[in-house]
Amino acid sequence: MNLNDLVKEFGLDVKTGSGHLDREVTGGYVSDLLSDVLAHGEEGNVWVTLHIHQNIVAVASHKDLAGVILVQGRQPEKDTIAQAEKENIPIMVTDLPAFEVVGRLYKAGIRGA
Amino acid sequence: MTPQEKEQETLDRVSKTQEMVYEITVGEVMAAKVFTVRPDQTMAELSILMRDNRISGTPVVEDGKLVGMISIADLINALSSNDINAPIREKMKTKVECLYEDELLVHCIAKFSRYGYRRYPVLNRSEELVGIITKGSIVEGLLKKLETEYEHAETKADATRHRPTMRKFFEDVSADEISFTFKFNVAGQTLKEAGKAASELKNALKKLGVCPPLLRRIGVATYEAEINLASYTKGGEIRAQVEKWGITVEAIDSGPGIPDIERAMQPGYSTAPDWVRELGFGAGMGLVNMKKCADEMNLKSAVPDGTHLTMQFYYTS
Repeated sequence: MNLNDLVKEFGLDVKTGSGHLDREVTGGYVSDLLSDVLAHGEEGNVWVTLHIHQNIVAVASHKDLAGVILVQGRQPEKDTIAQAEKENIPIMVTDLPAFEVVGRLYKAGIRGA
Repeated sequence: MTPQEKEQETLDRVSKTQEMVYEITVGEVMAAKVFTVRPDQTMAELSILMRDNRISGTPVVEDGKLVGMISIADLINALSSNDINAPIREKMKTKVECLYEDELLVHCIAKFSRYGYRRYPVLNRSEELVGIITKGSIVEGLLKKLETEYEHAETKADATRHRPTMRKFFEDVSADEISFTFKFNVAGQTLKEAGKAASELKNALKKLGVCPPLLRRIGVATYEAEINLASYTKGGEIRAQVEKWGITVEAIDSGPGIPDIERAMQPGYSTAPDWVRELGFGAGMGLVNMKKCADEMNLKSAVPDGTHLTMQFYYTS
């Protein structure tokens, strides 16, 4: 399953990195502690978080994550968008809360790292 | 390239595709989303479904079981015999050739040329309909596979081109001591720009030919160190030194220092202020992460003079 499939399946609002949605998703991780993601996120994972500041791009880039899903309709900050475009990191927004979106990802076959 | 060579290349390509049809299964290339109709629906309903979904044929399913196939040809026949309101049951083909999802593509292609149908329903081994396959999906599947294999070959070529660069450089150049040094200044008390040094360093090391797994470890460890400089100190610097045996990354600041290093090293212990925690940092995992990423780590600190963190990364580990 790649990011495009997730975008279509869950109606995600793609904010950045629209040219990099063909990447295969190897699994998922959900956390709002950035160090936790740095420690336990895996390459190719999709990361579910509520943070919208530009540090999420650095984390995604260092861990070579496939993309970031922001929950509860939270919009990425302007700096975040600029940085994510620069580093080709897809950021997608869902209106669902984290618990709901993770449940649906799991049901769609995405597993924990 | 001579015409002969060109021809040889075409032959090679074809044989690669031929090889792939023995590797790919029907399940991998089929369309998993299938529109189906029920036998009690009318041909008129079918015509609307076909128009709206831009398809020219579909499986007929009753109580979860595949009972037939219906195509645009059947629809045209129904139209010409003025029978558009007949149920699909009367017009569908009931003798259906199926494929199983675990069958190899080569069997599927044989079936296409043997029967001449445009699409085949795909079943799993419990005889349930799981997808549909057309010539288009085969072509698409083969192209996708070719693309991934090509990308794979490309990254492999990249790796062989880049990986030995740095080691080769150190072997080719003779001096009593050789090293590259990088220095980045990090502002304290703000996380706005934090992460820049780590990503610049990562880029530089990538250009020097450091392999991706090591690059990732260095990236994460340096990022955590940089976040610490930005969160807790008056500012400081990140230094990296690339040598023949490996890479050293240091984070040096001028205070306030860590009163209890042993405690600071404990997972979950943090003295982060609220503004740091609000941004998702300060979980007491930074130093733990760094230790996990580095091959060697050394932390020296004095209150109020400052902290000196040293991490070493070996090329072979």
